[in-house]
Amino acid sequence: MSMRVELDEPKCVASGQCVMAAPEVFDQREEDGVAIVLDDGPAPELHDGVREAAAICPAAAIHLVER
Amino acid sequence: MKRIVVVGASAAGLAAAETLRREGYEGAVTLVGDEPQAPYDRPPLSKQVLSGTWPTERVFLRPRPALDSLGLDLRLGTAATGLDLGSREVLLADGGRTGYEGLIVATGVRPRRLPGEGAHVLRTLDDAVALRDRLLPGRRLVVVGAGFLGAEAAAVARSLGAEVTLLEPAPVPLAHAVGEKVGRVLSEAHRDHGVDLRTGVTVVRADGNGVRLADGEVIEADDVLVAVGSVPNTDWLTGSGLTVDDGLLCDEFSAAAPDVYGAGDVARWHNPLFGVPMRVEHRTNAAEQGMAAARNLLKPLARKPFAPVPYFWSDQYGMKVQAHGCLRGHDDVAVVEGDLAGRRFLAAYRTGDHLAGVLAVGMPPKTVRAWRQAVATRTTWSDALGSTASVSRA
Ligand SMILES: Cc1cc2nc3c(=O)[nH]c(=O)nc-3n(C[C@H](O)[C@H](O)[C@H](O)COP(=O)(O)OP(=O)(O)OC[C@H]3O[C@@H](n4cnc5c(N)ncnc54)[C@H](O)[C@@H]3O)c2cc1C
Ligand code: SF4
Repeated sequence: MSMRVELDEPKCVASGQCVMAAPEVFDQREEDGVAIVLDDGPAPELHDGVREAAAICPAAAIHLVER
Repeated sequence: MKRIVVVGASAAGLAAAETLRREGYEGAVTLVGDEPQAPYDRPPLSKQVLSGTWPTERVFLRPRPALDSLGLDLRLGTAATGLDLGSREVLLADGGRTGYEGLIVATGVRPRRLPGEGAHVLRTLDDAVALRDRLLPGRRLVVVGAGFLGAEAAAVARSLGAEVTLLEPAPVPLAHAVGEKVGRVLSEAHRDHGVDLRTGVTVVRADGNGVRLADGEVIEADDVLVAVGSVPNTDWLTGSGLTVDDGLLCDEFSAAAPDVYGAGDVARWHNPLFGVPMRVEHRTNAAEQGMAAARNLLKPLARKPFAPVPYFWSDQYGMKVQAHGCLRGHDDVAVVEGDLAGRRFLAAYRTGDHLAGVLAVGMPPKTVRAWRQAVATRTTWSDALGSTASVSRA
C-alpha cells in the first residue's frame, strides 16, 4: 500500500494538529505556522499517524491518495 | 454491531462516520443531516466566504468521490425529529424511522436570536452568502456581539469598505473569555480599522434595517448581523430520556447512554484532563470528539476517556489568534512571551494551581506547541512561569 500526501496550503490555518499527530511527516513554517510536508510518500509504519493527521486537520487541508 | 446512525452531517458527524470506516467497521452507517448540502466547513464562512476570496465550492469538507467511497446511507435534507431509546430508533421528518444499534449525536448548535425581524445570523453557507452579497462599499452594517464571530465579520466587512458599528454589552469585548487586557488588545484593532465599537450597550431588538438599544436609541443600518452566541440543537431529543442541560450530557467517554454518544458543539461532556464538564464550540474538537465517539462505540471493552486540550483559532485584521486549553473562568493571566502592545504575545491563564490554557498572537509555532504541551501535562502555575524570564501581569 502506497500513500501520497497532498497539502492544500491556502486552506491551512496553522493549527499544528498534523505535527502533533505525525511529526515525522509534517512541520510548520517558522514565520506563519503554515504546514510543511516533510515526506510526501511516507513509509507504511507512518500511515496511521498520517491518516490521523488528515482526519483531525481542522481545515480539511490534507488529502491522502492511497493505492 | 451492524447498524450505526449518525445524526448531524457536519464536522463532528463526518469525522465519526469516517472513523467508523477507518477502524474497519463494515456495517451500515446512516448519516442524517437537515442541511441540503454535502458536509461543509464553517470557519471559512466568516472569513474567505464572507470576503468573497473563496468560491463557495471551497468549503466542502470532502471531494464527492471521497464521500461516496465511505459507502454511507446519506440522508441529506432530512431532520431527525425524535429518538426512541427503547426501540432504538431515530424518527425522521419525512415520517420514516431508522433503527440503530449504535447512535452518535452530532447536531451542533444554532445561533441565538434577538426579538425583531430580518436581521442576519451567520451559521450556514446560505447565511454567509446572503450577508456577503450585501457587503458593498459604503453600506452600513451593525454587528451585535463582539465575540470571535462578530469580530471576524466586522473585520471582513471593513475590508470590503462597509461602515461597521460593533455593539457589545460587556465593558470589554471577550473579557470573560480571554481576560480584560487581552480583550482590550483584540478590540483596539477594531478601532484602528475604523470600526465604531460601542461597549456597554444592550440591544433589545434587531431588525433588518437597524437595532433598538435598551435606552431607546435606534441605530439605523442597511444590514444587521446578530452574533450573540448559540443554542445546542437538542430539541429533537426532548422526551427521549437522554439528559439535556445546555447540550447533551455525556460522560468522560462521550457516552450519553449505552451505545449512544455525543460529539461536537452539541455535547457537554466530562473532560477528565481538567476534571470539569465542558461544551466547546471549536472546529478541532468537533473532529476529535467525532473520532473518539466512533472508536468508543465500536470498542466497548477498550474505551478511552476523551481528554483533549481544546484548541481554537480566529483571524481578525491579519492577526491570527490561537488558544489552547480552557481560558474561561480563569483566575489569573500573565503575558509570558512577547508583548501586548506589539500584538505579538503569548498569554498564560491560571485556574486554581495549574496552567489552564494559553492564547497566542503572532508567535512562532514551536513556542506555541511547547506551551500547549505544558497545558496537556497539567503543569503547575509556578513551574510554568518559572521557565520564563520576564513575566508581566495582564
Ligand atoms: C461562521 C463560523 C466561524 C467559525 N470559525 C471558527 C474558527 O475560526 N475556529 C474554530 O475553532 N471554530 C470556529 N467555528 C466553530 C466551528 O465551526 C464549530 O465548532 C463546528 O462547526 C462544530 O461542528 P459540529 O459538527 O459539532 O456542529 P455543526 O457544524 O453545527 O453541525 C451540526 C449539523 O447538524 C445539523 N442538524 C441540527 N439538528 C439536526 C436534526 N435534528 N436532524 C438532522 N440534522 C441536524 C445542522 O444543521 C448541522 O448541519 C466557527 C463557526 C461558525 C458558524
Ligand atoms: S492540521 Fe491542517 S490546518 Fe493545522 S497545521 Fe496541519 S495542515 Fe495546517
